[in-house]
Amino acid sequence: MSDIIKGKVYVLGDDIDTDQIIPASYLVYRVDDPEESKLYGKYALSGLPADIKKDSPFVKEGEFTSDYTVVLAGKNFGCGSSREHAPLCLEKAGVKAVIAESYARIFYRNAIDGAFLVPYESAAKIFDKFSTGDEIELDGEKSTIKNLTTGEEFSLKSMGDAYEIVKAGGIFKYAKNKM
Amino acid sequence: MTIVEKILAKKSNKERVVPGENIWVDVDNLLTHDVCGPGAASIFKREFGENAKVWDKEKVILIPDHYIFTKDKYAMRNLEIVKEFAKEQDLKYYYEPFTSDYKGVCHIAFAEEGHAMPGKVMFGTDSHTCTAGAFGQFATGIGNTDAGFILGTGRLWVKVPETIRFTFNGKFPKYVMGKDIVLQTIGDIGFDGATYCCMQYDGEAIGDLNMDERMTICNMAIEAGGKCGIIEPDQTTIDYVKARTDAPFDVYHSDADATYKSEHLYEAAEMEPVVAQPYSPANVEKAKNLEDVKITRSYIGSCTGGKTTDFYAAAEILKGRKTVVDTFIVPATTKVEKDLNEIKIGDETLMEILEKAGCLIGPPSCGACLGGPEDTFGRTHANEVVISTTNRNFHGRMGSMESKVYLASPYTAAASAVTGYITDPRKFMEGE
Repeated sequence: MSDIIKGKVYVLGDDIDTDQIIPASYLVYRVDDPEESKLYGKYALSGLPADIKKDSPFVKEGEFTSDYTVVLAGKNFGCGSSREHAPLCLEKAGVKAVIAESYARIFYRNAIDGAFLVPYESAAKIFDKFSTGDEIELDGEKSTIKNLTTGEEFSLKSMGDAYEIVKAGGIFKYAKNKM
Repeated sequence: MTIVEKILAKKSNKERVVPGENIWVDVDNLLTHDVCGPGAASIFKREFGENAKVWDKEKVILIPDHYIFTKDKYAMRNLEIVKEFAKEQDLKYYYEPFTSDYKGVCHIAFAEEGHAMPGKVMFGTDSHTCTAGAFGQFATGIGNTDAGFILGTGRLWVKVPETIRFTFNGKFPKYVMGKDIVLQTIGDIGFDGATYCCMQYDGEAIGDLNMDERMTICNMAIEAGGKCGIIEPDQTTIDYVKARTDAPFDVYHSDADATYKSEHLYEAAEMEPVVAQPYSPANVEKAKNLEDVKITRSYIGSCTGGKTTDFYAAAEILKGRKTVVDTFIVPATTKVEKDLNEIKIGDETLMEILEKAGCLIGPPSCGACLGGPEDTFGRTHANEVVISTTNRNFHGRMGSMESKVYLASPYTAAASAVTGYITDPRKFMEGE
């Protein structure tokens, strides 16, 4: 895991549920088949309301990965289902990190234990300080996110003891190191 | 300590645990199904080897239930994958689709088959695993990776949750169901009001509820972000469990001086039928204030609202009446389906009442609660407005992105099916 992530940000609001992240009808695809699991990237965030998708699709028609490297949202990101396909589809789409004010606990746990992406918490509501497509630089070591388009910098919360699992690369590697 | 703290202390071999503490627990059961079972099995094999055996073949409960009655080739392949896994692992509790062993919705079958028991720790690859908290056990949903870890080790780390307490004094009116109770509390604390927390329901009125109703309440703890819901075991719990298993179990109760994150007190008699409007289960309003909302469909089913008690309630309203919108009936399990054909109100079975009212009857499974493949019974395909006894009203949850879902009790869903508008069930309940 690199401590510096640079790229374009995709901005969402509060309560982004797992049915918006990956609708249930797509959960049939194999997650362990390298070719078939690319479909999860294709359908990542395909359950967002039509107006959001029309203005700026997360994954362009016919593609399997997104132009966006970081998803930025408000409170309660990933609420709803326990489907691990939610952090997995974002990873397949090329997302390296999510930044939200808070998470639903199963999404947070899945993201970390499966080492799909890093779920950072922002210290305050910041999704209104970014626009979809802004270039950002996320520094995991310093716990900051900088909007390179506007020059503004914001702090992220420390991940506490979950950071050890992130650093290890997921729950299996963490447990093997510990036991 | 609270009941959940006591269970987690016992299963981590500690004298006591405190909220916020990370502990490793021994797992009594892992529950999985056709949607997440294949992923969990593949992670298990990746990490423990192609020929690895699960930690205990009698503790893995495999109940396919999501995508059963569909022609979707990927869904059918997933059923084959879990079947193969059950066979190679010699799992004792695999409930195979298209055989007499098939059950239906895993959370309800888990209880019906005697797996739910006080004092146990169970994890499931489904967010509604919290349903089993109705039996005074710790039960919570996890992802495939954590499930793969349990399959290999029989253990998992958890953060001990704080507990939020909801106490209901007195008696519930007949027209108030478990669904109204849990929706009201979610509405009161918010969509993320119980994130990381345990939601404990207690008080005299909760003690009056049967196990179906207690399951409805604990089932929806996740809709407030809860890690688990829990109801302390009493004679009702013990009678239900002992009728289904001889296995030993431990009964715990919260101490009188237990510490809660917050305590919420309700007078049961003042509760009213409520509805959660799109697109959040916390967007709660009294049914009587929504009677101008026209519906095009009613749906009664799922782990939340597809149990025998739910259909009995619907049949009480629908007996001798006609539905004016398409009304879909999806029993959670084959046992519930059997009950519909055996239990009577007057001289008619519940099934006869529902059929005469014009309802469409589907096979036991998760059905259209979560949309699913295109050919799923009851799935939305356009701009339907559905009143539903299910658990989520997110964008596109029941299929079509243009459809809207209002969550309600079976009484309210049935009353609304008769009028075509959201309807407070008191309209059809004499003497209430």
